[in-house]
Amino acid sequence: MASKNNDRQWDAVIRPRSGWFDIDLRELAHYRDLILLLVKRNVTVLYKQTVLGPAWMVIQPVLSSLMFTVVFGGIAALPTDGMPDFLFYMAGNIVWAYFSNALKQCSTVFVDNHNLFGKVYFPRMVMPISLVMSKLINFFVQFALFAVFLVYYAVMPNSPVQPNWRMIVFVPLVLLQTGMLAMGLGSIISSLTTRYRDLTLLVNLGITLWMYATPIAYPASMVMENYPALVGLYMLNPVTPIVEFFRAAFLGVETFSLAYMPLSVGMTLALFALGILMFSRIEKTFMDTV
Amino acid sequence: MSERTLEIDHVSKEYRLGMIGAGTLQADLRAWFARIRGKEDPNRIIGEASQARGHEYFLALNDICLNADRGDALAVVGRNGAGKSTLLKLISRITAPTKGEIRLRGRVSTLLEVGTGFHADLTGRENIYLNGAIQGMRRAEIDRKLKEIIDFSEIEQFIDTPVKRYSSGMYIKLAFAVAAHLDPDILICDEVLAVGDLTFQQKCLGKMADVSRGGRTVLYVSHNMRTINQLCTRGIYLEKGRLVYDGEVSRAIDLYSGSGIRSVERDLDALPRGQLLGMRMRMTFMRVENSETMEYQMDDVMEFSIRFRSEARERRCRLRMVLMNNASAPVAMSQTPEFEVSPGDEKTLRVRAPLESVAPGEFSIKLSLVGGDPRGGTIEYDTIDDVGHFIVVDDPSRTAGFIWSEPLWGNMRLRDMELVSV
Repeated sequence: MASKNNDRQWDAVIRPRSGWFDIDLRELAHYRDLILLLVKRNVTVLYKQTVLGPAWMVIQPVLSSLMFTVVFGGIAALPTDGMPDFLFYMAGNIVWAYFSNALKQCSTVFVDNHNLFGKVYFPRMVMPISLVMSKLINFFVQFALFAVFLVYYAVMPNSPVQPNWRMIVFVPLVLLQTGMLAMGLGSIISSLTTRYRDLTLLVNLGITLWMYATPIAYPASMVMENYPALVGLYMLNPVTPIVEFFRAAFLGVETFSLAYMPLSVGMTLALFALGILMFSRIEKTFMDTV
Repeated sequence: MSERTLEIDHVSKEYRLGMIGAGTLQADLRAWFARIRGKEDPNRIIGEASQARGHEYFLALNDICLNADRGDALAVVGRNGAGKSTLLKLISRITAPTKGEIRLRGRVSTLLEVGTGFHADLTGRENIYLNGAIQGMRRAEIDRKLKEIIDFSEIEQFIDTPVKRYSSGMYIKLAFAVAAHLDPDILICDEVLAVGDLTFQQKCLGKMADVSRGGRTVLYVSHNMRTINQLCTRGIYLEKGRLVYDGEVSRAIDLYSGSGIRSVERDLDALPRGQLLGMRMRMTFMRVENSETMEYQMDDVMEFSIRFRSEARERRCRLRMVLMNNASAPVAMSQTPEFEVSPGDEKTLRVRAPLESVAPGEFSIKLSLVGGDPRGGTIEYDTIDDVGHFIVVDDPSRTAGFIWSEPLWGNMRLRDMELVSV
C-alpha cells in the first residue's frame, strides 16, 4: 500500500484494529510521567481523609498475620516449616497482598476507567502499569515493617531464621515476575470483562479461593507430606514458587518447590504475552462495547 | 503555513445495534454451543428470526474524507446523531474506525469535557500535573507552564486546596486553564467553551482564537452558531453520518439550521409511541399554521392544528405540549382547557401556544392527549416524544444586547425585573 510508505511523515496513523501486537513502546515511554503521577495518585488518594492515613498500609498485613497466627498457627496448629508463626504468615501475606491487589485492580481497568478512557486518549497500558507499580510501593512499605520483625527474630539466640543472601539478590526479579503475572492475568480478565461483566464477580471469588491454593496459611511442604500424588497439580499454581522463594530467601526455609520456579516463570511469560495481546486488541474499540 | 496536519481518508464507523453478545459469558457460551449443534439459540427472543440477532448495523460515519491544514479552524455542525461526536472520538483516538484511515501530524488534544481525570481528593496543583500528563504533557513542560496556568485560572489562592472544595466555577476555570496551555497542534473541542462567567468565557474564546491563529488546527463542535461564527474559518456539515458540505462557515450554518425536522406538516399516525399509547386515542396529523420555517421570535405565538381520532369517551380531555431542549430535558409545559371526546370522533384541534418566556434556542415538541381529573389520576391516551423542532431566534435587540447563553441561563427568560429604586 502506498500510504504505508508515507507513514513516517505522520505522527500517528489511526486504522481499524488490525494487527495483533499494537503496543507502541515509544509512545508508552513518552507517557512515563503520567505513569509516575498516577502511581502517586493511587498511593496518596487511598489514605486521604482517613484517621490513620498511610498507617493503614502496614496495619492490614500485621492484623491479618496476627489473625493467621491465632487461627492457623494456634487453633489449627498448622506447621510453619519451623519458623516463627507470625513471621511466616507475614511473609506470605505481604507477597499475596501485592499479587492479589494488583490482579484485582488490573482486572477491572476498562470498566473502572471507562469514563476517562471515553474522553481522552493516552496509551491505555499506562493504567495497568501504574496500578501494579502502586501496589509494589505498598509492598515496599509493608516489607519495611516485615524487615523490622525479621531482624528482631533473626537476632534472637538459636533463631531458626537464616536469611539466604544469595537468594535475596534475586528477590527484585521475583517481584517483577509477580507484577507481570498479575498484570498479564489482569489484562486477560479486563479484556474479557468489557463484554462479560460477571467475570468481575468471579475474580473476587477466585482470588479468595486462590489464596488457599497457595501456601500462605500453610507451607507447601505440608502438601508434599500429606498428598504427594497431588503435588504436580498443586505446583501448577505459578504463585506458589514465588511465595516459597520469598520465604526461602528471607527466612531460610528449605523448600522443594523452587524446582518449579522455571515452570512458574514460563507461565508468567506466557500469561503476560497473552494479556498484552488481548489488551492491545481490545483497547482500541472497547469504548463501543463496555 | 499550509502544512497538512490531518487527513481523514474514507473513514467509516459502524456500530452494532442492540445488545452486543448476551452480556454474560454463560449466555454466550450457550448460544455458541447451540449453534455448533445446529440448534436454535436458547436465549433468542421467541419469534425473532434467528439471523436477525446481532446483525443490525448502524453507520455512524459513512465514508468521510476530510483534510485540514495548519491555521484551519473547522466548525463541525450537524444535528444530534449526525456523527459529529463520533468523528471527534475517532480523531482523538478514543475508538477506532471500522474502515479507512486517519493520519495526524503533531500533538492532538481533546477537550470533550473539561476536567477529565481530575481527582476530587487532590489539590488544584496536583490536578494540574495529573490532568496535563493525561493530555500528553511531560512533567518538565508542566513545570514551565505552571505559573501561567495558575494565573489564567484566576484561583491562585486555592491552588493547594483539594478540588472537591472548589465551587463548580472554580473547578471549570482550573480545568480550562490546563486545557488552554496544552499547546496542541490539533485541538478538538466539544462545546466546552460555554463555561464559567461571561468574562471567563470571552477569555476562553480569545484563547481558542489564538490557538488557530498561531498556526494550529482547531476542530470545534458546537450548537452555538455565534461562537462558531466568531471562531471558525471553515465549516463542515454532517448529516446522518455523511459529510454533506465542506467550505464556508455561513453556508454550513445555513444547512444546519435548515436540517431539523421542522416541516410545517407532519403525519403523526406513523410515528412511534410507547407501549399502550395511541390505542384509544391517536393523533394522526399536525400542521403548523403561522410559520413556514419554524422559526419564531421571542414572545411569538405558535399556532397549529392537530387531527386525532378517538375510541374512548372522555369528558375531560386536554392536549398537552411539553417543550424539550437540546439535551432532551423538559423545559416548559402548556395545555389546552378541557374538551369532550366521544368514541368514533375524529377531531381537529386548532391551538395557539404562546411562547412567552421561552428563551432563544432550539426546542423539540412533545405532544400528549391526556384525560381525567387533574387532582385524581390522569390518563395518558397518546404521547409522541418528538413531533418536530422549532427555533426561537436570538434577537439581541429584544434582550438589551445580550446574546442568550443557554448553558448559563437555561431555557426560560423571565420578564425584566422592575427597578424599584437605585
